[in-house]
Amino acid sequence: MTTFIVRRLLQAVAALALVSFLVFAFLWLLPGGPQQAMLSGAASANHLHQLRHDYGLGNPAVLAYLSWLGQVLHGNLGYSYVENASVGSMLAASLPRTLALMITATAIGLAVAIPAGLAQAIRRDAATDRVARALSYVGYGMPSFFLGSILILIFAVRLHWFGAEGPQSAGIAGVLTDWRDLTLPVLTLAVATVAIFARYVRSAAIDSLAHDYVRTARAVGSGRRQVLTKHVLRNSLIPVITLAGLSIPRILAGALVVESLFNIQGMGWRLWQAAQKHDFPVLLGFILVIGAGAVVGSLLADVGYMLADPRVRFRER
Amino acid sequence: MTGKHAAPSLPSPWVSAMRQRSAMQAFRSPTAVAGLGLIALLVVFCFGGPLVYHANLTRVNLLLGNRPPGAGHPLGTDANGVDVLGSLMTGGQLSLEVGTAAGLLAALIGSAWGAVAGYIGGPLDAFMMRLVDAAVAIPTLVLLLLLSAIYTPSPAALVLVIAATSWLSTAHLVRGAALTLRTREYVQAVQGMGGTKLRAIVRHIAPNAFGVVIVNVTFQVADAILVLATLSYLGLGVQPPASDWGDMIAGGIKYIYDGYWWEIYPAGIAIIVAVVAFNLLGDGMRDSLERSS
Repeated sequence: MTTFIVRRLLQAVAALALVSFLVFAFLWLLPGGPQQAMLSGAASANHLHQLRHDYGLGNPAVLAYLSWLGQVLHGNLGYSYVENASVGSMLAASLPRTLALMITATAIGLAVAIPAGLAQAIRRDAATDRVARALSYVGYGMPSFFLGSILILIFAVRLHWFGAEGPQSAGIAGVLTDWRDLTLPVLTLAVATVAIFARYVRSAAIDSLAHDYVRTARAVGSGRRQVLTKHVLRNSLIPVITLAGLSIPRILAGALVVESLFNIQGMGWRLWQAAQKHDFPVLLGFILVIGAGAVVGSLLADVGYMLADPRVRFRER
Repeated sequence: MTGKHAAPSLPSPWVSAMRQRSAMQAFRSPTAVAGLGLIALLVVFCFGGPLVYHANLTRVNLLLGNRPPGAGHPLGTDANGVDVLGSLMTGGQLSLEVGTAAGLLAALIGSAWGAVAGYIGGPLDAFMMRLVDAAVAIPTLVLLLLLSAIYTPSPAALVLVIAATSWLSTAHLVRGAALTLRTREYVQAVQGMGGTKLRAIVRHIAPNAFGVVIVNVTFQVADAILVLATLSYLGLGVQPPASDWGDMIAGGIKYIYDGYWWEIYPAGIAIIVAVVAFNLLGDGMRDSLERSS
């Protein structure tokens, strides 16, 4: 078990190094080179000198990469000359909102998707299963900005139940308590999450329902409820753990669109602004953090998988 | 697809006949037929529709702006007085063309990458797939934001950019297929008879992974249509005067507080129909391929 964790950790470190390398390669491949890109054309001689010093840009690419990596590891993600703020401070301001949005939406999404997928698997091909499958097709094909605008048209413009803009307060507590403005963005993102997960829970549950241990449990007289919760559900959730870890980039992309639609100034909104203003330090710094988050997410998912599945836990002692 | 039945001694007409048969089988699935029918309908609507339905799509006429559906404009007009039904047709052309081209290109890049990694194996495979894993960590949409900030988005650039960020899943899939195909006797026979690795990949691995790839193409096209719409919505898609379904929704959202639903719903429904159609086709083909093997 320890060797598994150590090996997986090493893999994660290698993946992190690769992500950082990819981001740095982008920086160098940008038109005009890294200096122009990072200063976004607003370069004075003074700025250029500072930048050369900070990032070791006069050096060959390998040394420049190492000194850039050194800066990043010391928490210096770069400086946005467009917004006149450090990328780190912009990240600190926007990350809590995005996390609040993602975590509430994913929690609600899973709370709906797991029972729904399980119910579909138990009554496979029944009318409810067919309807749910059709709905998940539509949910998958629906762009989240379209779903969000439908919700705004109905619940904000026509019925005035909820706000059409996301929560605007700065702190995470302020965001989470502003349920009137938080409802529609969370609902939009949650529907996308349900569409991702319900399909997987359904097929995983169909898989485990066909296993011998289900028949054995029924044969020894376990009640229906006990078989479903203790055997089917537990075994179906194992692949879902992995999927949850791997879905972080996808949910984050969803959050990006939701943030731009509902004007929530989170990471996605910042990235969108940066793309429009050609603000490369922000784009690259944020991408690095998102990439690192995704690598850590898949690491946690693998460890969680191992803890949940004794077959994996005991194999490599 | 032809799998274990394709012995090395089979003459090529046999192989192609078997391939045709399994392609026919794919279309016996009602799901696949439904998907294909929907795609055909969309193509007729977008490319044939403008031949029958003539509407002003270029001239700005603010007096005619934001009209609800009614006589002369079955789906109303947008803020510039442009007919919504007409732009739904021409916008769809762009969405379908860019989506299909990007999906095909992504599948092509991914297949080549996966086939090489899976067939050659060893350290090269490990390196190539770790690169894919690292790239997967960065959300496609975020990469797209970066790329579209660098390059001015024309339809051709969008095809390249979308393909360049979405081939990873295909690479995984084809590598898996190549790994199993590599051990088959007919592939080993190529080596035994002194054939090159390139020949093994091009003549044997690639054709036999064809079924997996063709199913993947449909999913790639569906995703590409969705990604293109999202980029256009974010203002990073094709630039005016060209416009696609995503642009239309973005235009409608500007007036969302006025409740002009007809500027949002038609294009949104069109996107859903297109994405569902390609997914149905892919699911149907996959089911019948799995059943026949």
